[in-house]
Amino acid sequence: MNIDFFGSLPLIVIWLALGAVGIAIQAFVRNNTRLIFGYYVATLVATAVLAIITAGHKSIAFNGMVALGGFSNYFDVLFCGAGLMTMMAARPYLQRENAEIDEFYTLLVSAVSGMMFMSHANNLLVLFVGVELMSISFYVMAGFLRTNSRSIEAGLKYFLLGAFASGFLVYGMALIYGATGSLQYDVIASHIATGQVNFPALLSIGAVLMAVALGFKVAAFPFHQWAPDVYEGAPSVVTAFMSTAGKAAAFASFIMVFAALMPHGNVLTPKLQNMLALVSAITMLIGNITAIAQTNVKRMLAYSSVAHAGYLLMGIVANSDQGSMAVVFYVTSYVFMQLGAFVVVGILERGNEQHLQISDYAGLAKRQPVLAFAMAVFMFALAGIPPLAGFFGKYLLFVSAIESGFLWLTLVAVLSSVISAYFYLGLIVKMYFSESQGHHEPNPAGMAGITLVVAATASIVLGLFTTQLLSVYGSW
Amino acid sequence: MGVSALLATLFGPLLGSIAILFIHRDQTTAIKRTAMVISCVTFLLSLLMIPAFDASNTALQFVVNQPWIPALDAGFRLGVDGISLPLVLLTTLIMPIALLASYDSIGKSVKEYYALMLLLQFGMTGVFMAWDTFLFYVFWELILIPMYFIIGIWGGKDRIYAAIKFFLYTLVGSLLMLVAIVWLGLESQWAGHGFTADLTKLQQISSHVGFNVQQFLFWAFALSFLIKVPLFPLHTWLPDAHVQAPTAGSVILAGVLLKLGTYGLIRFNLGLFPQASVHFAEIISVFAVIGIVYGALVAMVQTDIKKLVAYSSVSHLGFVVLGIFSVTTEGVQGAVLQMVNHGISTPMLFLCVGVLYERRHTREIADYGGITKVMPRFAVLFAIAMFASVGLPGLNGFVGEFLTLLGAFKSQTLGSWTYAIISASGVIFAAVYLLWMFQRVMFGTNDNAENHHLRDLSRSEYWQLVPLALLAIWLGVNPKPLMNMSEKGVQAVVNWVQNPSTAAPTITVPTQAPHAAHSMNTHR
Repeated sequence: MNIDFFGSLPLIVIWLALGAVGIAIQAFVRNNTRLIFGYYVATLVATAVLAIITAGHKSIAFNGMVALGGFSNYFDVLFCGAGLMTMMAARPYLQRENAEIDEFYTLLVSAVSGMMFMSHANNLLVLFVGVELMSISFYVMAGFLRTNSRSIEAGLKYFLLGAFASGFLVYGMALIYGATGSLQYDVIASHIATGQVNFPALLSIGAVLMAVALGFKVAAFPFHQWAPDVYEGAPSVVTAFMSTAGKAAAFASFIMVFAALMPHGNVLTPKLQNMLALVSAITMLIGNITAIAQTNVKRMLAYSSVAHAGYLLMGIVANSDQGSMAVVFYVTSYVFMQLGAFVVVGILERGNEQHLQISDYAGLAKRQPVLAFAMAVFMFALAGIPPLAGFFGKYLLFVSAIESGFLWLTLVAVLSSVISAYFYLGLIVKMYFSESQGHHEPNPAGMAGITLVVAATASIVLGLFTTQLLSVYGSW
Repeated sequence: MGVSALLATLFGPLLGSIAILFIHRDQTTAIKRTAMVISCVTFLLSLLMIPAFDASNTALQFVVNQPWIPALDAGFRLGVDGISLPLVLLTTLIMPIALLASYDSIGKSVKEYYALMLLLQFGMTGVFMAWDTFLFYVFWELILIPMYFIIGIWGGKDRIYAAIKFFLYTLVGSLLMLVAIVWLGLESQWAGHGFTADLTKLQQISSHVGFNVQQFLFWAFALSFLIKVPLFPLHTWLPDAHVQAPTAGSVILAGVLLKLGTYGLIRFNLGLFPQASVHFAEIISVFAVIGIVYGALVAMVQTDIKKLVAYSSVSHLGFVVLGIFSVTTEGVQGAVLQMVNHGISTPMLFLCVGVLYERRHTREIADYGGITKVMPRFAVLFAIAMFASVGLPGLNGFVGEFLTLLGAFKSQTLGSWTYAIISASGVIFAAVYLLWMFQRVMFGTNDNAENHHLRDLSRSEYWQLVPLALLAIWLGVNPKPLMNMSEKGVQAVVNWVQNPSTAAPTITVPTQAPHAAHSMNTHR
C-alpha cells in the first residue's frame, strides 16, 4: 500500500483538524464561538496553503483510491476559499438571527472536506463518501434556522431528494462495476477505451445513472426542481455556499467521472455527449426563462444558478481538455459572482423573509451605494458582460463546444444569455433607476464586507487576469 | 509619436474616469472640470496622430502588439488606418462637446455620470483601434454598460424601457458575433495555424473558409453591426433610446455609437468575408434603400422634434450602408465621409433640440413657431445644422451622400441603377422633413405666449455649437484632407473584396496591378 504522506497533507490536515482536534475543542470549550470560528478559519487557511504547496506533487495514492496534486489541489484551494468567504459572511448573519452555534462552522468545514474528497477521488467509492459527507453537512446547514419553518422545510426537502439521488449514484456505480470490473477511474477508462466491457448495456445504464445523480447535485434539468425551494428556504449564507462550492465540487467529479466514461472513439461517447448536450440546453433555457418570472431575489438567483449549471455542462459535453479547462475557469468565476450576490442578499434581508423581494431593492444605489455597486458587478458578471469574469468563462466554454462540433448548443447558450440579461438587468434597474419606497436600514455588514470585497474584486480582476489563472491551473 | 498619441487617446479617458472616482461626490464643479480637462486634452493629443499619420501608406499604423491571453492568441493589438483614424478623431471631438452639453442639464449623480461618460469614450475609441477580434468584442460590450446607465438614470420618462431595449437588442447581435469570433479562431486552428484572434492572421484564412460557413459567419457579424447602425427593420430601439436619452446621450449615440456598426461592416464584413459580402450585397442594399425611404417618410410625420431627428438618422445611415455594399471606392469612401459628416451634423441637431427643450421643456413641434424672432443667433446655427443634415452643397453632408449615391450608381456588384435612383429620393425627402420642421419651429408667427421671452444662446451653448458649425462648413468646402486620409485604406478594402483570390494578402506579387498592392493593408 503506497501512502503518500506529503501529497495527502491537505486531506490529512483538514481531517485531523476536524475529526480529532475540532471535536475535542468543542467537547471542552462551551459557548465560545469566537474561538471555534478562529480555529476553523485557521484550519481552512492551513489546508489551502498546504494544497498550494503540494500542488506540483502529482500521484495516485492509497492503492489507487485518491488522486493527489494538480487538478484536485486547484479545487481544494477553491473550496477552502469559498468556505472562508462563507464563514466571514456567516458570522454576522447568524449572530443577527440568534443562531450562532459552534456546530455551524464544524458542519461547514466538514462539507469542505467532503468536497475535497470528491475532487481527490480516483475511485467511485471515495467519490461516494465525499458526496455523502458534503450532502449530509448541507442538509443540516439548510435547516439550520431551527425556528424558521422555511429553513426546516428546505433541509427536509433537500435531504429526502438528496437521499434519492444518492441511490442513483450507488446504483450507477454498481452497474459500472459490473460492466468494467473496477471502481477505479483510470481502470474504468482503459477498460472502456479498449473495449473490455462485460455488458455494454450495463455500462450505458450505469453512465446515465451517474449523470442523473451528478445532475441532481449540480441542479440540472430535469433534476433541478429542488434547487429553488431549497436555495430560497435555506439561510442566505448557506445558500451562498451550497450553490457555489457545492456545484464546483459536483463539477469537479463530473469532469473526472465523465472523462473516464467517455473516451474518444467509443460508440457510447457521442450518445452520452448528445444526451448531456440536450440536458445542458434545456437546463439553461429553463433556468433563465423561469428566473424572469420571479419576484423573490433569492429564488431568482436560485434559477440563475440552475442556468449556470447548464452553461457549465457545455464544457463536459465538449469532452476535451479545452472543455475541462473552460469548466474550471467558469466555475471559479461563478463561485465568486454567485457567492457575492447571495451575501448581498443576506446583508439586506431581515428575519422572517423580509426584504427579499426585487421591489425591496428599489433605489438601493441611493441608500447603499457600495452594496448596490457590488451587486451590480455580480449581476453584470453573471450576465457575462466583458470585461468581467463571467464573460471569459463563457468565451472558453463557447470555444470548447464549437470545437467539438456543438454549434447548436452554443447558439442556445447565446439565446439564453440574452434572456438572462433581462432579469439581471431588472435588478440593476431597480437598484439604480427606481426611487426607493420606504426606508429600511440594512444590517451592518461586519465581516461580510471582507467577503464582498474579495468577491467583487475577483469578479472584476479574474476577467483581466485570465492568462495568469489559466497558467496557474496549467502548471499544476 | 504616433503610438504615444494613440495610447494617450485610448487610455486618457479611462484614467480620467478612475480619477473622478476619487473626487468627493459633493465637489461637482471639480468633477465637471476634471472630466472636461481630460476630454479636451485627449482631443488635443488625438490631433497629434494627424501629422504622424502617413496617408499614402495602406498599412495599419501606430501598431501596438502586446500579448494578453496567449492560450487564445488574444492580444492587445491596436492601430489605426485611414478608415478608423477619422472616426477616432470624431469620437475625441464629440466627447468634450457632449460633456459641455451636460454641464447644466445633468443634476443628479454627477460623479457617476462623468465617470461613465469617460468610460464610454474609452470603449468607443477602443473599438475603432482594436486589431484583435477578442479585444474588439471586449470594447464593443464595454460600451453597453455606461450607455445603459446613461439612458436609464439620466433619461426621460420612459427611460427604463428604452435602456433595456437598447441593451437587449445590442446584446442579441453581439453574442452572435461572439460565436462567429470563436468559430473564426477555430477555422484558423483547423487550417493548421493555431487558434487566434489576430485580425491580420484571420484575414489570411477567412477568404479560404468554405462558402457555407462564410455565409453563417458573415451574417453573425452583420446582424450585430446592422442592429447597431441600425438598418431597417432592426431600427426600432433607436427612436426610443434617442428620445429618452439626455441630450448628451443622444449626441454620443448619434455622433459615434451608430458609426460603430458601419465601421464594423467595413472592417469585419468586407475585410473578412469578401465572397459573402459580394453575395449578400444586394439583399443588404435593398434593406438600406428601404431604410432610407422609410426613415425619411416616418421622420416626415413626427410631431416630436427629437424623434424626427432620430428617424433622420435611420435614413442617413441607410446611405452609409448602401455605400459600403456598393463595394466601390467611391461608395465606401462616401460611406466613411458620411459617417463623419453625420457625426457632426446630427449631434448639432440634437444639441439644438436640447437648447429648445431646456427653455420650454417640450419637444412638440406644435408648441413652437416664430422662434427666429426671439433667438436670432440660435436660428443661424440651427439652420446650419439643418442644411448640413439635408446635404446642401457647400456643407459637409453633401459630399458623402453624393459619393455613396455615385458608388451605388456605378456599382457592378449591385448591377442596377435602381438603388441609387430610389435612394436619391431620400435626399429630397430629407429636405422636405427638415425644412418643414424648421419652418414650423423657427418661422411663422410667435403666437405662443410662453415663447415670447426665450433667451438666446448662452456662452456654453455657443461653445457646443460653433465648433461643429465651423467644421461642417470647412468639410463642406474642403473635404479633400479627409478624403486623402481615408482614400488608401478604402481602396485597399475595396480591391480586396473585388479580387480576394488574386489580391489575397498571403500572396505577394510585386508585378501585379496597384490594386493588389493596396490590399496589403490587410496585413501589417
